[in-house]
Amino acid sequence: MAVFEYAPAPESLRPAIRERYGLFIDGKWASPAGEGHFDTINPANEARLAEIAYATPTDVDRAVRAARKAYEKYWRRLKPADRAKYIYRIARAITERGRELAVLETIDGGKPIKESRDFDIPMAAAHFFYYAGWADKLEYVLRAGREPSPLGVCAQIVPWNFPLLMAAWKIAPALACGNTVVLKPAETTPLTALALAQIIEECELPPGVVNVVTGDGATGSALVEHEDVDKIAFTGSTEVGKSIARRLAGTDKRLTLELGGKAAHIVFADAPMDQAIEGVVNGIYFNQGHVCCAGSRLLVEERVHDEIVVRLTERLQTLRLGDPLDKNTDIGAINSRAQLEKIQELVKSGVEQGATLVQQRGDLPARGFFFPASFFTNVHPSHRIAREEIFGPVLSILTFRTPDEAVDKANNTPYGLSAGIWTDKGSKNMWIAQQLRAGVVWCNTFNQFDPGSPFGGYRESGFGREGGVHGLYEYLAH
Amino acid sequence: MGLLAPSVSVDAVMLEARAAALGKRSIKTSAKLEGITLAIRCTDLTTLEGKDSEGRVRSLCAKALRPRPGWPNVPSVAAVCVYPNLVSVAKDALRGSSVAVASVATAFPSGLSNIEVKLADTAAAIASGADEIDMVIDRGAFLAGREQAVFDEIVQVKHLCGNVHLKVILETGELGTYDNIRRASDLALEAGADFIKTSTGKVGTNATPPTALVMCEALRDFARRTGERRGLKVAGGVRTTKDALAYLVIVKETLGDGWLDPKYFRIGASSLLDDLLMQLEKEQTGHYAGSDYIPKD
Repeated sequence: MAVFEYAPAPESLRPAIRERYGLFIDGKWASPAGEGHFDTINPANEARLAEIAYATPTDVDRAVRAARKAYEKYWRRLKPADRAKYIYRIARAITERGRELAVLETIDGGKPIKESRDFDIPMAAAHFFYYAGWADKLEYVLRAGREPSPLGVCAQIVPWNFPLLMAAWKIAPALACGNTVVLKPAETTPLTALALAQIIEECELPPGVVNVVTGDGATGSALVEHEDVDKIAFTGSTEVGKSIARRLAGTDKRLTLELGGKAAHIVFADAPMDQAIEGVVNGIYFNQGHVCCAGSRLLVEERVHDEIVVRLTERLQTLRLGDPLDKNTDIGAINSRAQLEKIQELVKSGVEQGATLVQQRGDLPARGFFFPASFFTNVHPSHRIAREEIFGPVLSILTFRTPDEAVDKANNTPYGLSAGIWTDKGSKNMWIAQQLRAGVVWCNTFNQFDPGSPFGGYRESGFGREGGVHGLYEYLAH
Repeated sequence: MGLLAPSVSVDAVMLEARAAALGKRSIKTSAKLEGITLAIRCTDLTTLEGKDSEGRVRSLCAKALRPRPGWPNVPSVAAVCVYPNLVSVAKDALRGSSVAVASVATAFPSGLSNIEVKLADTAAAIASGADEIDMVIDRGAFLAGREQAVFDEIVQVKHLCGNVHLKVILETGELGTYDNIRRASDLALEAGADFIKTSTGKVGTNATPPTALVMCEALRDFARRTGERRGLKVAGGVRTTKDALAYLVIVKETLGDGWLDPKYFRIGASSLLDDLLMQLEKEQTGHYAGSDYIPKD
């Protein structure tokens, strides 16, 4: 008999959403040149939320021109301490409107409200606060004697998994260094970027310093290829990242890429097991696994494999899947139908290739895009589910016998964004961390972020760093 | 002793993070109502003060039986917990009811006496009619590494108890680390404790959510290993409905619904009941009554 069942605890705030959003160019809201619009929907119930302007190459050109004008006319000439004041203002406004932004993020993207409320929005504000502080201290960033100077107009393309946070990661350091920005949010999650544009408008930033153009891949392409853009910062798939790199070859545009991952999460037999299980759960099921640094390849020491499978199977049943606006929801909606189909296809391939699928029990909501928390055992390194990024709540479990084998298997991937290690032995933790080719290695924890800590990849996970002092190098001429 | 060989290690950072995450569960409307009623049913209404008297114990027993006179839906608490010399008074006041009498014993709260005195203390409480014994472990011996001595004492007290329900107080606030709390939990369960209990309520740090979580993990692993379900009692510092509901969440999500029953979960508290009653009235009527509407003792 069920005892003490949690009653629905929905977040009640309903932020104002416009029927139709234009483009934010040169400090004004403008209709797109082609008059085209597309819908953004709530993936948890497939209801339409708003009509979003579809930016054509003409609109992109207007946005880049506005950014250029703002750069030359105001922003690069502004005293650094005054730039900081604007950025602090944005940070405070995000904090003040945190609840509204959290709801927008959740209804547009499907992530649980507890995550948007406790992670995405506070962390976005934290990045603006952090980089505001750097704006008038840039001479301490570069080697002595070098004059910090901005790059110019930055094209910034962000993904749908952490829409506002990724925008903050990109806009905050760019503005602090004196650059101007054209931001393109993802097609399925434009609402918080547009809310940020409203905040920027209210903060009275000089027109054109930040511009927001909405659209799809073609809009992004027009932005990447615009000849007056000085720097491109892209977060998204490795496939698109490679294509951008190819198109920029031979130009003098600067580029940073933060791409996919297939992170190894290594659990030794001497790990604090209950906490390791929590780390594994957080590593793969946070944000439905729509996380580029997700710990999606679990490498467990063979002697504890069966124990871990038992514990993880039990733990899956306590994850609460459902309405993302419910404050007790752990697993929300998959971001889009296309992503759901991609996850389903990869999971099917795992079953067909002979791996064993374990899933949380229970019915999925009748409407919306949902996928149960899942993991595979009997996975071999050659399986697609062991190599390709699934970007969903699906974990692949592999085994190892010695620390050397763990390192070999962990590094046997074209990616290298993150990794995790669980062991009670400090020396082993440090030794393994040194061997792993990954931009961030978490020891006895996972998914820890801070604006002061740089983040970025090795190999096909991209190059360049975001966050910390390192994040400033990417927006300064040097 | 039949002690499990290696210690189970606990990572403090992630343990506390998990406890904090569970603390953010939003318990509203029907869940809150059910949780409050459950918390009342699981309460060991406690008085353990040097100034305790027969009269005070009698009024506490009256409250334990009918926490809110005139509200028939409010259940009795699980037990009344007193010092050994007041057991017979409580037993008399609670005769014929479902409310058990628990007695602290074994040189509570320090546990620093010789084993003969501890056993005599326990025997006296049982002779006076105690249904449950809340014993303390010898923390000095545990921290000095004399685990066998701690284990043997529990075995002897349990032997004396027979069918009398034995709760073993670890005094987690004195154990220093979660590793030690886990070790002491495993040891007490292996030695025959029916319940493991966090605290005496007499030291600076009493029950905390991470402490309850690590003890739940020990109980869960014990049940997995032996097929046997043992209980948890949190005690000390649990004063508000919010605290009580947070512990119910930890038990529910770590051990499962089967543990949400006074047979396997208790909250040792004195003033908590007043807040539970106040919140219950608020849930049922939509407004708060003043604290003066709730009988103090």
